[in-house]
Amino acid sequence: MRCQQRMRKMDEGCLTDLSVHQLRVLLERGEVAPRDVHEAYVRRIEEVDDQLNAYITVCPDFPPELENRHGRPVFPVAVKDNIMTRGIRTTCGSRILARFIPPYDATAILRLKERGLYVLGKTNMDEFAMGSSCENSAFGPTRNPWNLDAVPGGSSGGSAAAVAAGEAPWALGSDTGGSVRQPAALCGVVGMKPTYGRVSRFGLVAFASSLDQIGPITRDVWDCWVLMRALCGHDPLDSTSAPGQAPIPPPQSVESLGGVRIGVPREYLGPGVEDAVRDAVLKAVGVLEELGARAEECSLPHTEYGLSAYYIIAPAEASSNLARYDGVRYGHRTCQASSLLDMYELTRQEGFGAEVKRRIMLGTYVLSAGYYDAYYLRAQKVRTLICRDFERAWARYDLLAAPTSPTVAFPLGERTADPLAMYMADVLTIPVNLAGLPALSLPCGFARGLPVGLQLIGRPFDELTLLRVAQAFQQATDYHLYRPVVGGEVDG
Amino acid sequence: MADAVEVVIGLEVHVELKTESKIFCACSTRFGSPPNTQVCPICLGHPGTLPVLNLKALELAVRAALALNCKVARYTKFDRKNYFYPDLPKGYQISQYDAPLAEHGWLEFRVDGRMRTARIRRVHLEEDAGKLMHDEVTGETLVDFNRCGVPLIEVVTEPDLRSPREARAFMEELRAVLQYAEVSDCRMQEGSLRCDANISLRPRGATDLGTKAEIKNLNSFRALEKALEYEVARQTRALERGERLVLETRGWDEGRQVTVPLRTKEEAHDYRYFPEPDLVPMTLDPEWVEQIRRSLPELPSQRMARFQAEYGLPAYDAGVIVASRRLADFFEECVRHYPHPKTVSNWVMGQVLGYLNSRGLEPEELNFEPERLAELLRMVDEGVISVSVAREVFEEAVSTGKSPRALVEEKGLEQLSDTGALAAVVRQVIEEHPSPVRDYRRGKVKALGFLMGQVMKKTAGKANPQLARRLLEEALATEREETP
Amino acid sequence: MAVSPEEVRHVAWLARLRLTAHEERLFSEQLSNILAHVAKLQELDVEGIEPTFHVLKTLSNVYRPDEVRSWPELREVVQAAPQQRDGLFAVPRVLPEGEDEVSAKNEKDG
Repeated sequence: MRCQQRMRKMDEGCLTDLSVHQLRVLLERGEVAPRDVHEAYVRRIEEVDDQLNAYITVCPDFPPELENRHGRPVFPVAVKDNIMTRGIRTTCGSRILARFIPPYDATAILRLKERGLYVLGKTNMDEFAMGSSCENSAFGPTRNPWNLDAVPGGSSGGSAAAVAAGEAPWALGSDTGGSVRQPAALCGVVGMKPTYGRVSRFGLVAFASSLDQIGPITRDVWDCWVLMRALCGHDPLDSTSAPGQAPIPPPQSVESLGGVRIGVPREYLGPGVEDAVRDAVLKAVGVLEELGARAEECSLPHTEYGLSAYYIIAPAEASSNLARYDGVRYGHRTCQASSLLDMYELTRQEGFGAEVKRRIMLGTYVLSAGYYDAYYLRAQKVRTLICRDFERAWARYDLLAAPTSPTVAFPLGERTADPLAMYMADVLTIPVNLAGLPALSLPCGFARGLPVGLQLIGRPFDELTLLRVAQAFQQATDYHLYRPVVGGEVDG
Repeated sequence: MADAVEVVIGLEVHVELKTESKIFCACSTRFGSPPNTQVCPICLGHPGTLPVLNLKALELAVRAALALNCKVARYTKFDRKNYFYPDLPKGYQISQYDAPLAEHGWLEFRVDGRMRTARIRRVHLEEDAGKLMHDEVTGETLVDFNRCGVPLIEVVTEPDLRSPREARAFMEELRAVLQYAEVSDCRMQEGSLRCDANISLRPRGATDLGTKAEIKNLNSFRALEKALEYEVARQTRALERGERLVLETRGWDEGRQVTVPLRTKEEAHDYRYFPEPDLVPMTLDPEWVEQIRRSLPELPSQRMARFQAEYGLPAYDAGVIVASRRLADFFEECVRHYPHPKTVSNWVMGQVLGYLNSRGLEPEELNFEPERLAELLRMVDEGVISVSVAREVFEEAVSTGKSPRALVEEKGLEQLSDTGALAAVVRQVIEEHPSPVRDYRRGKVKALGFLMGQVMKKTAGKANPQLARRLLEEALATEREETP
Repeated sequence: MAVSPEEVRHVAWLARLRLTAHEERLFSEQLSNILAHVAKLQELDVEGIEPTFHVLKTLSNVYRPDEVRSWPELREVVQAAPQQRDGLFAVPRVLPEGEDEVSAKNEKDG
């Protein structure tokens, strides 16, 4: 990996450096027009995306229907390419959907459109969200804006890289085992996985249905709350959508964290966690204590089983969820089929990449005759034990603090040949998905010039506590104000 | 063979439920629309789509389960049954595996005048698949997904049926029960009632089951019975020759009237069932289930008993009529207007069913008001028309939709019941046929038939036969007295 | 827990993936490694523990009313098919049920 890249403090005069709530002020004052913002982002994408490859599809034209919104602000949003956008190609980072134009909008997209957001483009990702590095994309890997030789994390690597590099003011990702939080951590931005059931999954291409959630990736905590408020809510089209959700109130004016009890699970700081990461996280916990919170070490004893349970449950569900890509109704179909079996096998052979095939194989195996009890059922029981670990913690703590990723961004290509090493990248994010909890990652320092993420884990449906604590942290620190200097970009 | 060997049959029956919309999306379930016009991204399995259960489908399934005397589960859930087939958009069927909606039911049915009972192992809810067609020109297979996602129940019996006739009688009773319960149209020709049969033979008295064959593609009651008869013969022959039977799936070939092997069980699917993560479990409120139970109408067996007791119908008549809810309703309504149950039952079983069978129609398709049949029967009693004219009028009334009385008037079919006019015809006949008259008077009673025929001929069949006969007999007697 | 190349072939067939000889070897090794890793779960005593298929444990009985709503842009949906004929989705000839499996089996064994 090339040596440390340059970074700079954000520039308030640069539109693409601002957070959305800062942009809103400029728009409301009439100092800039929505079209100016749009064009600034399109220019920025033209400037740096050749190097980053954060986008699979860019929508360069400002939507004409948004020209006159009578002063109501409109904002662009980048959307992970596994979220259905009507009329805009949605590939899932896969050859099998390389030319797929969705006939409908995901509920999440409809909710954002109602609030004046429009799709700036579709971001790169590990194929079908299977991966932790954004290297498993049929459209080539995305690079980390902080160091072009490093991965941005995954699977929402395109969304995280785009937000970090100023190619989008904010973005949507999806998180099945850490796919929003881990790339957010590796790219130095804020990413949140909502409580399972908070955000409708209708229109999110299913990877592992019992774990998937759409989540925001933003420059700061306030923007994260704004997107969360827009995304969350019951959807009658999703049977697993939680009914009767109250909107999340703003995490306003947090001066003191007095009375907040934070648990720091020791299993999340064990061997395998890079020293620099551990140091940054413990320092961040110190900041929270200075703000009035009480932190102590705690234990989630079944943590070490999370990865194993996940790598049975997620592939099992995926093997079934991906059976629909058969070349019959949409998507790629082989042109060499002489029989029905050929059509199926060749279509899927040609359409899926190696990691997707690996997980389909694994998932099919663990569900196949004679193995269900030993693998799938057992993993779901272990999942219960992991849920109980957290439930016990909630008796004593309001939230848990831990690293998001055991390491900072690793070099491109380092783990592609070793699936298990790649899977380890999600070891600290997976338990949260298994338990359906909300969690947020926010920048808390740098190691070797690469961002470190602090993960805050909350009680079910208590995103507010996470946002309040994160907001207090950002008021007390400035890690979120640094911007990467991308590749050949001239330092201004 | 019949003594040494016992036939063991179990059925798996698929029944489409009568909902307006599909089980997991809002597409219509209407039958017979142009291909792929009742589809949407959800039932086509587009990326990102999710199922939401139609409450009516659940309610109808519970209703069916209760009508089949099943114990309805408190807790039930959906599972995915994974396999690839072009009619299955998602690569899995949403079905139920280890927590079915209902279990442990039974159904009583009549075969050759005896009552038999078959146990129902389970009733579960699932989605139907699409339909495949073959394009003879291109050699391709074409898929229509209109049917895909129509709610189905699968009814599985215990292996309690002991002959092809029993299997057929069971299916006929099952159809009647489900039609009565208003859960399904049960139209076999439209595929809303479909059946697979498992059949094996074993030495009489044995308790273990023999090697079974699963027979698919049974599209009618007749096909079910014929295919099972064929299987009994085939398996018997094989066992007599000392061959080992293999566990296999066979299909009924309607054209050749034989079953043919489809696959052996070693090649059977591995369905990789697991709980459907996109749907949440169902906890059925016992009070809700009771409400559904209370709303069940009188079922065929109860109605049959009542028809015997209340209308004095023979068991056979009652059985034939209650087999169809529509027919039984027709019968009862007709009796309300014309209180002679046995006459009505003869007409329903003779004319009405005859008409339907000759045209291949279901009782539901009968376009004839029971009041009209009552009106027709009254005209016979009143002597306005004869029974044979009434039969003709019935046929015409059913096919034209006209009222029988109007038809009789329009066509001048009233009987000649005017004594004076008829007496003149009788005199004329006697004058024109001296020889039969002589014969009759010499004691050849058969000659009266010929003379009656002549009276009917002269009146174009309209003569009231009772009156004509009386007048003829009187005339013949009188004139004999006058001539010596 | 080693996964033999035969098992890999069988699983690939269940999943309708045609693997190259290289992929068969690679997956045989990689699946074995992953399964060896997840064998860790066997250490735990899960006797009497209920599985967590759904994390929202209180969520049940989610239904929709029986109302018909036709999809407005039907053409768009049907024409997404790689091959269609007169509004029908076209696939290579489907043999009578079961024969695909039989031929697949033969192909596999052959």
